[in-house]
Amino acid sequence: MLSALFEYQFLQNALWACLLASIVCGIIGVMVVEKKLVMMSGGIAHTAYGGVGLGYLLGFEPIIGAFIFSVGAALGIGYIKRKGGVRSDIIIGLFWSLGMALGIIFISLMPGYPPDLNSYLFGNILSVTRLDLNMMIIMTFITVVVIIALFNNWKAYLFDDEFASIIGIKTVFLEYFLLILVAMTIVVLIRVVGIIMVLALLTAPAAMAGIFTSGLKSRMIGAVIFGAVFCIAGLWASYALNLASGACIVILAVSFCFFAFAARSVRMKQKRKIASSRNE
Amino acid sequence: MGKAVQIDHLSVYYGDTPAIKDVCLEVAQGEFLGIIGPNGGGKSTLLKAILGLIPANTGTIRIFSDGPLGYVPQFATMDKRFPISALEVVLTARQKPGLSLFKGYSKEDRTMALMQMEKVGIQNLAKRQIAGLSGGEFQRLLIARALALEPKILLLDEPTASVDAGSRTQIYNLLEELNKDMTIILVSHDLLAVSSKVQKLACMNGELVYHGEPELSEGVVNKLYGCPVELIAHGVPHRVLKDHEGGMHKC
Repeated sequence: MLSALFEYQFLQNALWACLLASIVCGIIGVMVVEKKLVMMSGGIAHTAYGGVGLGYLLGFEPIIGAFIFSVGAALGIGYIKRKGGVRSDIIIGLFWSLGMALGIIFISLMPGYPPDLNSYLFGNILSVTRLDLNMMIIMTFITVVVIIALFNNWKAYLFDDEFASIIGIKTVFLEYFLLILVAMTIVVLIRVVGIIMVLALLTAPAAMAGIFTSGLKSRMIGAVIFGAVFCIAGLWASYALNLASGACIVILAVSFCFFAFAARSVRMKQKRKIASSRNE
Repeated sequence: MGKAVQIDHLSVYYGDTPAIKDVCLEVAQGEFLGIIGPNGGGKSTLLKAILGLIPANTGTIRIFSDGPLGYVPQFATMDKRFPISALEVVLTARQKPGLSLFKGYSKEDRTMALMQMEKVGIQNLAKRQIAGLSGGEFQRLLIARALALEPKILLLDEPTASVDAGSRTQIYNLLEELNKDMTIILVSHDLLAVSSKVQKLACMNGELVYHGEPELSEGVVNKLYGCPVELIAHGVPHRVLKDHEGGMHKC
């Protein structure tokens, strides 16, 4: 594949997409996992499909529509949760399905045979365009800058938002901004693994990093590295075996995760056995 | 002696249900106030209202303090698996209000944080991740975090719930020490310890049932808990209950 890499633009684009995706999913994924926002991220991702359909219907780039709907869902879910007092899992379920339904309707309203919009649902890293890459670069840049610039604020907010708000840290702003960053991350990841499998890249790298490191910064770095490994290895496997790229990446990421969990629980059992046999 | 906190006709509602009704309470500067009462009686709500975490429906709360309020929540409500070290937890209190762009912690911040950890006796645990702390150590860590704010008023919500007996004594002795420099408001279920250390006692059961010296009469306890309660009266080293005649009452 290496020779093909140097020859074909689409493979180079795919590799860039992998690296950009790893950065955002590593950093934001750790925050999503710690703040227990996994389901919310799924809701935001599936609402994005409404934007994909709208973009197709009105003639603008579907990925921009996805971005608008993602941010809308993020702010909407955040606002309703805060003010309306409705349980978050209910809101998420409603947005999740509504987005998908809107996407389907918008697409069906367009006369003629729709082009392959499945790449938004299942990802198609090999068809990443220059525009997609530019969008991904901008989102990754914004994400990294915002996290690094306010890192200590983020840490205080993630650990104990009640105490943070008492000492005057702008927790409401951070809460909404985190959701916007999640929306941006999802848009970056849509191209790589698709709306339906976005959760894998948000959770698996962060979970793996959680097993091997402690400390927020090292977890984020670890998650970025794991994300990159999963994406590149998955890309390689899909190229070599001629299988769907998004699915390959996800299968690799999830299997590694399960294996790591199993290995950890086996080690824990061994430790317990040794400890109890010593006490006898 | 000046006032620290003045609460006038405070009511806090959760939806339509009143959690606190018409509470009037004055806390003097340098006082050690204990707040007791049954679960759901509004003790934590009162604390959170003073801190500004919950809005008051009616009434006013005035804080007469030129410094920040130190809040020590129950450690059980925190996520122990969060990737953060003990020192970093105390350091979070050193952050300025608003958004701090590209701000790290200064050497002064670290020295100050370690000083507070020394005060509560956990300076050796500075580098440890919080997942590796016991309940008592974690609770003391939260006290250190509040102290790092250099508060004039310290508010603690059940700091000895689920804490081992040794740490409990340590914490109460620590609070007695700290009371020399700041006003302390303590919510607790630990009737005995509360009455032995505090100067004033407030009893909350939706309303302020009692506020005065830490000496409970049977009538107050009945009103507090809603039905006659059988209490063990310890004579040593002090009495909680007034001497009374007669036997136990049944509900």
